[in-house]
Amino acid sequence: MTARVELVGVRKIFNEGQPNAFRAIDGVDLSLPAGGVTVLAGPSGSGKTTLLTLIGCLARPTEGRVRLDGRDISGLPEPFLAALRRQTFGFVFQRFNLIRGLTVLENVMLPAYPLGTPHRALTRRAGALLQRLGVGHRAGAPVESLSGGEAQRTAIARALINDPTVLIADEPTANLDTALSLAFLEIVSGLRAEGRTLLLSSHDPLVREASVVDRVAELRDGRLVADRDPLAESAQ
Amino acid sequence: MTELRRTLARQRYLLDYTVASMSRRRTRNLGLLLVYVGMVFLLASVLFYSSALKHEAGLLLAEAPDIVVQRMVAGRHALIPAQHAESLRGIRGVRVVEGRLWGYHYDPAVRANYTLLVPPADDVEPGTAVIGPALARARGAGIGDVLSFRGQDGTLHPFRIAAILPQESALASADLFLVAESDFRALFGIPEGQYTDIALQIPNPREERTVAEKVLEALPDSRPILRAEMLRTYDAVFDWRSALVLLPLSGALLAFAILAWEKASGLSADERREIGILKAVGWETGDILSMKFWEGGLLSLLAFLFGTAAAYWHVFGLSAPLLAPVMQGWSVLYPDFRLTPAIDATQLLALFCLTVLPYLAATLVPVWRAAVTDPDEVMR
Repeated sequence: MTARVELVGVRKIFNEGQPNAFRAIDGVDLSLPAGGVTVLAGPSGSGKTTLLTLIGCLARPTEGRVRLDGRDISGLPEPFLAALRRQTFGFVFQRFNLIRGLTVLENVMLPAYPLGTPHRALTRRAGALLQRLGVGHRAGAPVESLSGGEAQRTAIARALINDPTVLIADEPTANLDTALSLAFLEIVSGLRAEGRTLLLSSHDPLVREASVVDRVAELRDGRLVADRDPLAESAQ
Repeated sequence: MTELRRTLARQRYLLDYTVASMSRRRTRNLGLLLVYVGMVFLLASVLFYSSALKHEAGLLLAEAPDIVVQRMVAGRHALIPAQHAESLRGIRGVRVVEGRLWGYHYDPAVRANYTLLVPPADDVEPGTAVIGPALARARGAGIGDVLSFRGQDGTLHPFRIAAILPQESALASADLFLVAESDFRALFGIPEGQYTDIALQIPNPREERTVAEKVLEALPDSRPILRAEMLRTYDAVFDWRSALVLLPLSGALLAFAILAWEKASGLSADERREIGILKAVGWETGDILSMKFWEGGLLSLLAFLFGTAAAYWHVFGLSAPLLAPVMQGWSVLYPDFRLTPAIDATQLLALFCLTVLPYLAATLVPVWRAAVTDPDEVMR
């Protein structure tokens, strides 16, 4: 279930070679041990989301390597990257990115379509996930009708449908109130207990200081400026 | 689960998703389908109609003489003397030589031209006539009624209707007026021993050109017309008429092409975002292309099927009321007839290729461009 992610000298430059070139990530070295919860912290524009997309194979680094269990994945051809996005990484977007017009259940099942899983088995699995996350009763509802918390849980269910080893969530509490944020951290705790590797980006103190978090890596201007273990710090 | 079952299940999921996706953009897709059906309908109607008319013309000319010999005076068609027929009988390869009498008569009552003809068997009683169904309809004439025409000398020539030609042969006989030889000559003032033209039957089709050359040698003032040439002329006329109809339509075709291209090439922000999300959750470029292929394929196939079915019904069921005035009009008295369904498979294939394939290409190219881009970039 667990997976180790390493970043070596990763750089990401947007519009490279053009006058409006922008260096979003500037030489980040980071190692995420298998299992556990890591938070990428930092102010807006510090490169948290970009770093998550590089780790989750949604974009390729301009320079450097991203390794998964020691294997370089940054230069893999597109079909292999798609397979990794489908089965190894589950991504929960800041704005959830659910597809409007489809029901909650259909949205959750989407990542499994390319696998050709039998429909009945897939529906059962998606239903069970929604139940577990407390939104089973909304399975048939169109996603436009969901509240923020329900939409987030739907997005988490979608990210988990293919049973990934790494779950990435971008600013997961940005659109939630305190109660819903705490509920989210409970879900994170459950997933951590299953042995999954979780990587969250957040500038919410509630997340950064949560007991479930094993590690906080702080970014500023695309560079890693601090890397700490809150549990060790509190023990001291 | 076998690989085949997995592949089928995957395609089914993609198809389901496509249908759901199309129904989400219902108004836009229905609008596009409507315009698309309209274009296919118009193109297919012209195609079916000209093809069926050519087919009818071919059937009609199958009964026509192999060579018609006309006499030319100062470059104009003139009456041909019976002696010319005697000169033609000696040509090797000619089986039957027959003088024909036919002409046109303008009827101011209905402002139409009738084709007056003496049937080869000359089995119409003098003073009577056998008329075509359109003519009967136009004049409101039935069997036993009398129709009178003013002849070349100003006198009235009454004809009692002995029979009306059957409806099945309407294309050929709509405006026919069959009379006895003596009545024809009296009406138009054509003396005995003169004919409109001479019909030749040539048993061996390969000898037709040689016979035509010999006709010209024997009768330098004549013009032999081969049946194959008439067929080619009909084809050319119907093709020209098709072009006449298609020319004004070309504007509409262009508008449709622009609409399809705009729709296809200018992916909306929503569509780009959706492609980005699908890629982000693990769909491959091929899955997205398959999905869009299903979408474009369903839309264009539906348009092709509805358009061609409607055109088939319009042409063969309703006798093409939208096209008949342009495509058919060689006569004032339009025959009230139903065309025999005659569809050229090659033309249908060409129509398919011209309407379905460009649309699919126009849909897939921009999707492919979006789908090969990193999901993060597509969603930005």
